[in-house]
Amino acid sequence: MKKIRCAIIGPGNIGTDLLYKLRRSSVLDPVWMVGVDPTSEGLARARELGLKTTDQGVDGMLAHVKDDGVQIAFDATSAYVHKANSDKLNALGVMMIDLTPAAIGPYCVPPINLKAHAGRREMNVNMVTCGGQATIPMVYAVSRVQKVKYAEIIATVSSKSVGPGTRKNIDEFTRTTSGAVAKVGGADEGKAIIIINPAEPPLIMRDTVHCLTVEPPRVREIEDSVKAMLAEVQQYVPGYRLVNGPVFDGNRVTTFLQVEGLGDFLPKYAGNLDIMTAAATRTAEMFAEEILGGRLTLAA
Amino acid sequence: MTNKLSGIAVKTHDMSLRDGMHPKRHQISIEQMKTIAAGLDQAGVPLIEVTHGDGLGGASVNYGFAAASDEEYLRAVIPTLKQAKVSALLLPGIGTVEHLKMAADCGIHTIRVATHCTEADVSEQHIVAGRKLGLDTVGFLMMAHMASPEKLLEQALLMEGYGAQCIYVTDSAGYMLPGDVAERVAHLRQHLKPETELGFHGHHNLSMGVSNSIAAIEAGARRIDCACGGMGAGAGNTPLEVFIAVCNRMGIETGVDLFKVSDVAEDLVTPILDFPVRIDRNSLTLGYAGVYSSFLLFAKRAQAKYGVPAREILLELGRQKMVGGQEDMIEDTAITMARSGRYSTAQVA
Repeated sequence: MKKIRCAIIGPGNIGTDLLYKLRRSSVLDPVWMVGVDPTSEGLARARELGLKTTDQGVDGMLAHVKDDGVQIAFDATSAYVHKANSDKLNALGVMMIDLTPAAIGPYCVPPINLKAHAGRREMNVNMVTCGGQATIPMVYAVSRVQKVKYAEIIATVSSKSVGPGTRKNIDEFTRTTSGAVAKVGGADEGKAIIIINPAEPPLIMRDTVHCLTVEPPRVREIEDSVKAMLAEVQQYVPGYRLVNGPVFDGNRVTTFLQVEGLGDFLPKYAGNLDIMTAAATRTAEMFAEEILGGRLTLAA
Repeated sequence: MTNKLSGIAVKTHDMSLRDGMHPKRHQISIEQMKTIAAGLDQAGVPLIEVTHGDGLGGASVNYGFAAASDEEYLRAVIPTLKQAKVSALLLPGIGTVEHLKMAADCGIHTIRVATHCTEADVSEQHIVAGRKLGLDTVGFLMMAHMASPEKLLEQALLMEGYGAQCIYVTDSAGYMLPGDVAERVAHLRQHLKPETELGFHGHHNLSMGVSNSIAAIEAGARRIDCACGGMGAGAGNTPLEVFIAVCNRMGIETGVDLFKVSDVAEDLVTPILDFPVRIDRNSLTLGYAGVYSSFLLFAKRAQAKYGVPAREILLELGRQKMVGGQEDMIEDTAITMARSGRYSTAQVA
């Protein structure tokens, strides 16, 4: 079966984990890995797996995009260079999936709005944050039943799974996630809290989602909606589990989640990173299916 | 010992209107804040912390919504003070630089950027912002009992490198004994820049608040957190009036009037308490097991709702090495424990 060819920009932990996932896909074919450091282990690993690589950044790949038929690119670098990467590749008709916090395109949380984005032929979608991918589906699970005036998420991640970029700009996580909790989750107001826990062995990502409903919560409908959403997310993150809840306390509805990764390249406890690469893969697959089905043509 | 510390000047930093927000479920009114702050000001307390118990931006379902916003508290308290300055606490991951700017605009003098003792590198943007705004900028290493003196130094050096002018050894669990405090503070004193101040923040869960603070001073700390009337999370912070009395006896100079602060404790703080902040079986457990002090009331509420004894919940949170801020895991843990069926009175929701 024909596959859509992809490029990964950023051969770090995220980029490499993404590569493992893309290699399993029935509709995606990773052909390029782009880095900036000739000594990068990630580039070497990608080469061993048969990918073309460059250490000259996106510029090193541009001349080959057409010939190699690259149609989708993943950016797993940093917010600072994302826009430049995206502009250059969009100009060549390559659709961009942004795993950085740059968020120049619309937020994409697959079970909520992926279909809509594919339908609108977006050329750049942003994967929000790990905390956002893990929690926003559950905010939406409540808000699609009834009005949520306030949603708050607490993401607890193991110290080992939080890289220097996130640590240097932790406000970006808080700000982006709060915004997306409201905008994509469907709450009037959103708040996000991130806690980093250094325990050994590392803890598996935990997420708590509090929703405050306007009217008293419709218990049965919310329970069903949460269950359905859980199954949706589990399609691309099998280790997405409801540990407790939904708990109903007055107008508060709370779900307690755990996100275990697949352990492709990243360790299993780093469910926070896995849910990003899994959601990005899911997103690319949806676009790829549209392209393969003749419903979507990317315009250069 | 008296001679050795005699004549040393120590800056006391009152916690009753920030850490004291925990036992009050963040419901201290603006009027109560103004009255207590004025009393502390008159008694000569040089620095008073005012915010939600969990710092700027702490207002949440997770930690509780306060009676007023951080901005309302700060704008109400700061203009009424004659000599005392006001500080605010900020935990990166909860509060942001925007909150910090707001607090600076309200006229705070000091910003304290708090991280878990091994995660100092999340504080860079906030410490840099604090210095840029011209604030007295403090790095506050919480749950310091969980890191060795060497690890704590590595983290303190990061904060100092970002620009922090003072580093705190923070005994959030009230777990440390004087020797634990002394070795950490002494190690920091030996290796940080001489101009970097050191501070100690104690909790009284094992009744060690005052002794630990004195041990910290001996090892080189010059800022000590206390709370008037001992109002703070768990069994409270080091009681300010007791600490001042001990300092007076030892010749340590605080500039705080003992009788005036004991009057503030007795006449203004004690009357607003919802329950006596003291060492009971649960707050004792915090100190004994090394658990974050503000988990106390959440564990009690979980006991009431799920029938699992608070002490058992706190011990389990300690076993799971929960850190400050993980209040959400208290209800989760209680539900999981209740489901185990070992607690016959459980009424699982």
